[in-house]
Amino acid sequence: MTNQNHIDRQEFNITVYTEHQVGLLNRIATIFSRRKMNIESLNTSPSEIEGIHRFNIVIHETEDVVRKLTRQIEKQVEVLKVYYHTNEDVIWQEMALYKVPTDVIAEKALVERLLRENGARAVVIRKDYTVFETTGHREETDNLIKVLQPYGLIEFVRSARIAIIKGSEGFNRKLREFERAEPGSESVENEYLNSREKIFSM
Amino acid sequence: MLTQEKQTPELLEEKKTITGSEAVIRGLLKEGVDTVFGYPGGAIMPIYDALYDYCDKINHVLVRHEQGGIHAGQGYARASGKVGVVFATSGPGATNLITGLADAMIDSTPLVCITGQVFAHLLGTDAFQEADVISISAPVTKWNYQVTDASEIPAALAKAFYIAKSGRPGPVLIDITKNAQLQQFTCGEHVPCDHIRSYRPKPIIRKEYIQEAAALINQAKKPFVLWGQGVILGAAEQEFRQFIEKSGIPAAWTIMGAGALPSDHPLNVGMLGMHGNYGPNVLTNDCDVLIAIGMRFDDRVTGRLDKYAKQAQVVHLDIDPSEIDKNVKATVPVWGDCKETLPLLTELIEAKSHPEWLQKFREYEAQEVEQVIQDELFPASGEMTMGEVMQQLNELTNGDAIIVSDVGQNQMVACRYAKLNHTRSNITSGGLGTMGFALPAAIGAKFGAPDRTVVTFVGDGGIQMTIQELGTIMQSDVDVKIIIVNNQFLGMVRQWQQLFHERRYSFVDITSPDYIKVAEGYGIAGKKITERENLRSGLQEMLTHKGAYLLEVMVTKENNVFPMVPQGCSVSEIRLK
Ligand SMILES: Cc1ncc(C[n+]2csc(CCOP(=O)(O)OP(=O)(O)O)c2C)c(N)n1
Repeated sequence: MTNQNHIDRQEFNITVYTEHQVGLLNRIATIFSRRKMNIESLNTSPSEIEGIHRFNIVIHETEDVVRKLTRQIEKQVEVLKVYYHTNEDVIWQEMALYKVPTDVIAEKALVERLLRENGARAVVIRKDYTVFETTGHREETDNLIKVLQPYGLIEFVRSARIAIIKGSEGFNRKLREFERAEPGSESVENEYLNSREKIFSM
Repeated sequence: MLTQEKQTPELLEEKKTITGSEAVIRGLLKEGVDTVFGYPGGAIMPIYDALYDYCDKINHVLVRHEQGGIHAGQGYARASGKVGVVFATSGPGATNLITGLADAMIDSTPLVCITGQVFAHLLGTDAFQEADVISISAPVTKWNYQVTDASEIPAALAKAFYIAKSGRPGPVLIDITKNAQLQQFTCGEHVPCDHIRSYRPKPIIRKEYIQEAAALINQAKKPFVLWGQGVILGAAEQEFRQFIEKSGIPAAWTIMGAGALPSDHPLNVGMLGMHGNYGPNVLTNDCDVLIAIGMRFDDRVTGRLDKYAKQAQVVHLDIDPSEIDKNVKATVPVWGDCKETLPLLTELIEAKSHPEWLQKFREYEAQEVEQVIQDELFPASGEMTMGEVMQQLNELTNGDAIIVSDVGQNQMVACRYAKLNHTRSNITSGGLGTMGFALPAAIGAKFGAPDRTVVTFVGDGGIQMTIQELGTIMQSDVDVKIIIVNNQFLGMVRQWQQLFHERRYSFVDITSPDYIKVAEGYGIAGKKITERENLRSGLQEMLTHKGAYLLEVMVTKENNVFPMVPQGCSVSEIRLK
């Protein structure tokens, strides 16, 4: 691996629209694993359209590699469309939960302020422990770990990333193209396919 | 003996309520299937039971191993252009298909495999002969699907055939649980599938890229065409020929593309890649415009990528968008089915000839003939070579046979030297390089093209990998001619050991049984040739023999296939010795 590649690597958000189909997760995952690539984060959820699911995949790679990956993913029969974006092109969030002993928290008056400063809120307060939640970018959720560590942080978990594409007109219009029995001559997906460097950047 | 009676298919056609198994057979018939290769077992018995009633409509070939079955399906598909169909039972039956699936996937061969599966309520319980075939086969299928309810069968089958043969073809697997096979349901009309919401078999053609490509080609001084199997898969041989002839561009082929343009066509300049011809390899790094048609720049073709055709502008025609820019960056991408894109391109290009440029290929060819080909094809003395066996065969078949080669030196010799007058005549395992492919694939090829002579060219190693399929030949009376070129070595590995491992011949001397006796045991005629003077008559006897015939030819032990692009070298560093 050359230095150049290291420099060019960055986080990409891959958005995959799929049929809701058993086994598809496996097929998509092996596209990464057979190339010995780690997925940083993966989330699947329903989309705004019934019956169509949406994967958010985060990967740290060069754009060239990511472009090739998206084509391989899109090649799967049950995948409708794939987009990839840099972090600047999406609005993204991750959620984190923190469990700390309630007695420690209760004794320290500063805690409330710390939480407020970090945009956290209490989800559960029990006699033995309290669970806080924050949502945000990695640095923000990481920050609260540091803050809570001295207070005996018991458990921490962070969700996969979800991302919404900034410049998107939504997928609905494209879906209508897909629904047509015969793809029309100005099928939108091909427009992107053919715009090469700018592919998928809506 | 009521149970042995067959029901008439006509009566079955009228039945509305049928079992899942009957629906499978009906669906196959509606998809035009006439031949199935398979092997029964507990979890697919209901389908075999349903098949019993349709034996006069569907020819089932009982193979000796499921790997043989799927390679036969591949041979059938490659020779006929139709979809190969394969049956296997659950668990071990299904896993025996994996090599063939991987092979068909990488070589874009349309197959529909139907596997039996345990009852749905047993899924995931490690039941007897349960294997997670869907997960295991996912990376080596274009699509796969598990049916657990009979009512899903008609649509799943229709979808399977559509996916297997449309766009870039490939293998598809449908796994059907036993309860679904047995279940009665009301079966509607068979509706062929021609659209799937999430599936775009072909990209839409963009005229501006065709124009850009034509402009590049028109101003090229030294244009060079590389063609692959895409031409054959797209049934675009005619369109390709017209393009080549109008443009006057020299064209070379990958082994998967061999035969799309006849061997002796004046613009056919030979084979590309590791063991390809000298000129096409060297001149790849000399051309100014490289036009790749339905080929995927496999590493066996390109050698070192960072030294591959760096001087050239690249026009890449492919139906699969993910192939464009995958290995070699295209200056102009021409997405689409080459049957549709080539005529558009041909229309826009100027009629030309490139005599000086073509002459360069001829000069390299003369060098190669003198230093390699002459000795390989016409050795005056010494032991026999694989090349001369192929040369004699060419003369006797006049290039009209289907040649099914295995993997190793025999494959490279077959592909380099076989004279191919017709398309769909070179059947070999290109992408996966599967030893043991040839014998069963030849069986399938004969079923796919019954009027053609089918000749297997196989090494003493490869034949022993699937030699059990001689049993299939015996039982189904398949007229395939088998040439074993016996060099008493795993020749290709030995060649590498000689060249790159200081002749440390680690486990490559392989002994053989008495093949003629083995064939005799299967009721197959045969002869062993050890002297040059008997070679031609032996081949002649094999070709004129009615039915299958096995000819073993003892060839020189330590012969090497040259030219060769050593691993890690650029194509212009191809060695003649
Ligand atoms: C299933 C499989 N196993 C191993 C190999 C590796 N391999 C490639 S060529 C070769 C030797 C083939 O020997 P033989 O069949 O005698 O043919 P020859 O090269 O002598 O013509 C081997 C072992 C392979 N291609 N396929």
